[in-house]
Amino acid sequence: MNNYEHSVFLDVNKCIGCTTCLRHCPTQAIRIRNGHAVINQARCIDCGECIKICPKKAKKAVCNTLKDLDGFKYKIALPAPTLYGQFDNLEDVNFILEGLINIGFDDVFEVATAAELVSAYTRLYLKREDIKKPVISSACPVVLRLICLRFPSLKENIMPMLPPMEIAARLARDKAKGEHPELSDEDIGVCFISPCPAKASYVKNGFGEYKSQVDAVISISDIYFQLINAMKHSENVMPISNSGRIGIGWASSGGEATALMNDAYLAADGIENVNHILDEIENDTIPPLEFIELNACTGGCVGGVLTMQNPFIAKAKLQTLRRYLPVSQTKLPKGESQDVPDCYFFSELPTYYPISRLSSSMSESMRMMSEIQKLRGELPGIDCGACGAPTCRAFAEDVVKGTANIKDCTIMYRSELLQYLDSKGDESDS
Amino acid sequence: MSEQVIFTFDVDGDDFTSAGQASSQVKRNLRQLGIAPDIIKRVSIAMYEGEINMVIHAGGGTANVAVTEEYIEIVLSDQGPGIKDITQAMQEGFSTAPDDVRSLGFGAGMGLPNMKRYTDYMDIQSQVDVGTTITMRVNLPS
Repeated sequence: MNNYEHSVFLDVNKCIGCTTCLRHCPTQAIRIRNGHAVINQARCIDCGECIKICPKKAKKAVCNTLKDLDGFKYKIALPAPTLYGQFDNLEDVNFILEGLINIGFDDVFEVATAAELVSAYTRLYLKREDIKKPVISSACPVVLRLICLRFPSLKENIMPMLPPMEIAARLARDKAKGEHPELSDEDIGVCFISPCPAKASYVKNGFGEYKSQVDAVISISDIYFQLINAMKHSENVMPISNSGRIGIGWASSGGEATALMNDAYLAADGIENVNHILDEIENDTIPPLEFIELNACTGGCVGGVLTMQNPFIAKAKLQTLRRYLPVSQTKLPKGESQDVPDCYFFSELPTYYPISRLSSSMSESMRMMSEIQKLRGELPGIDCGACGAPTCRAFAEDVVKGTANIKDCTIMYRSELLQYLDSKGDESDS
Repeated sequence: MSEQVIFTFDVDGDDFTSAGQASSQVKRNLRQLGIAPDIIKRVSIAMYEGEINMVIHAGGGTANVAVTEEYIEIVLSDQGPGIKDITQAMQEGFSTAPDDVRSLGFGAGMGLPNMKRYTDYMDIQSQVDVGTTITMRVNLPS
């Protein structure tokens, strides 16, 4: 039920089993077994925290390369707005977009443009009477998976609108087919230039019944140097860009929420904060709000693990770029402006087996819980990680579930050993 | 008697910022037991309110949560000042919380009424200058 193709992988040869990632994994999906990390695929949310933290660079994101697009006749790049914040001394986004054409793409469609449409439609959506408030943004795929796995009671709060990447993909395809009627769907390859591995997973797995319109995902860091070399500093750069402050603002935390022109919002970033806010929504302990924007990465998408710049520097660069842009470059088509078209929605959220559940039977769960409580009292409680589990509590769960052995606790083992040696000493004394 | 699991917590009265930790831990435990989300929500709201009350008024206390296959029972005990008039305390908007606590957004006089609203059974035993014990129960669907 939790079948999910991930984009975060481990290079076993580089991993020394140091326990750093163990402590930083927000869903406790990692254990150290036989001297190296093992990721529990059912729990992993592709947030990339372990990639960021690994001192040996043993955790990797698996994305596509430009070669993977060779089979397509017509290639379209979908740059995330985050890409715009990665360059020094850049005055015009068009230099980047032209660079993408120069490295072999036939067209470029900005995700920022689609983001402006999503913002406009979100403003309409929030006016509906039949929706559950606060509405939670569906743009960050890590947050979506986290909610589905850990906060299923909040599923109804998720805005069922497709993320800007998907809207951009559909519009880019339509545009290509309009301009080149000879192209069939299979001829067109749409490639997202991504700040994070979670987008790659989203594309591979789709979402519930929805199948992604994107064909490939290339990381910003993989394409960066090739792109920088292809960016010419000419006077007459191609005027490709069609996005304003709102669209580019989506790259950092708060950008999506401020675009709603509605004060009753909250924007939180960083996976710990996201977890905390979701907990508070579930407990009904937050003030009444219309909209909640959540980004798993610190600073928002600019904090993605596949970017080149520090998130705060990238954010500052984006502010400079946005300064003289119009608020929005995208207008909703007249006539339908009171309704969100169906093609902007996804129909249902995926259902996963709840990860935290001990057993499918309540009485069995209770028996296991009693054992865990008992074991926890015996364990040292210092969360050293030497056993391969992130906390003593997690270790107790593993032992009760049968996936770890109590002998793996080195602290307990040591005190047993000392006791034994003491008793031996007593014997020899007498 | 059917099987039960008991969780026990000391609610620290000195540290206001740590209030709510016991109810978060209970929430995690109930999730692991596979309790339905709406039940978990009711238990954690009722327990959170009670926990905050113990910190604000009584300088802390203990929280005992017993889970059986039929219900979840929360017992909150403290050795605080006690409640003078329980009927009055149960009225929405009635509060004896000090101003510094109100400035943090607490003390709206909704604690006890919410605890009653979110549970199927609630009993308050209180004696002035001795302490208060509140027992709440949320039934599980069979």
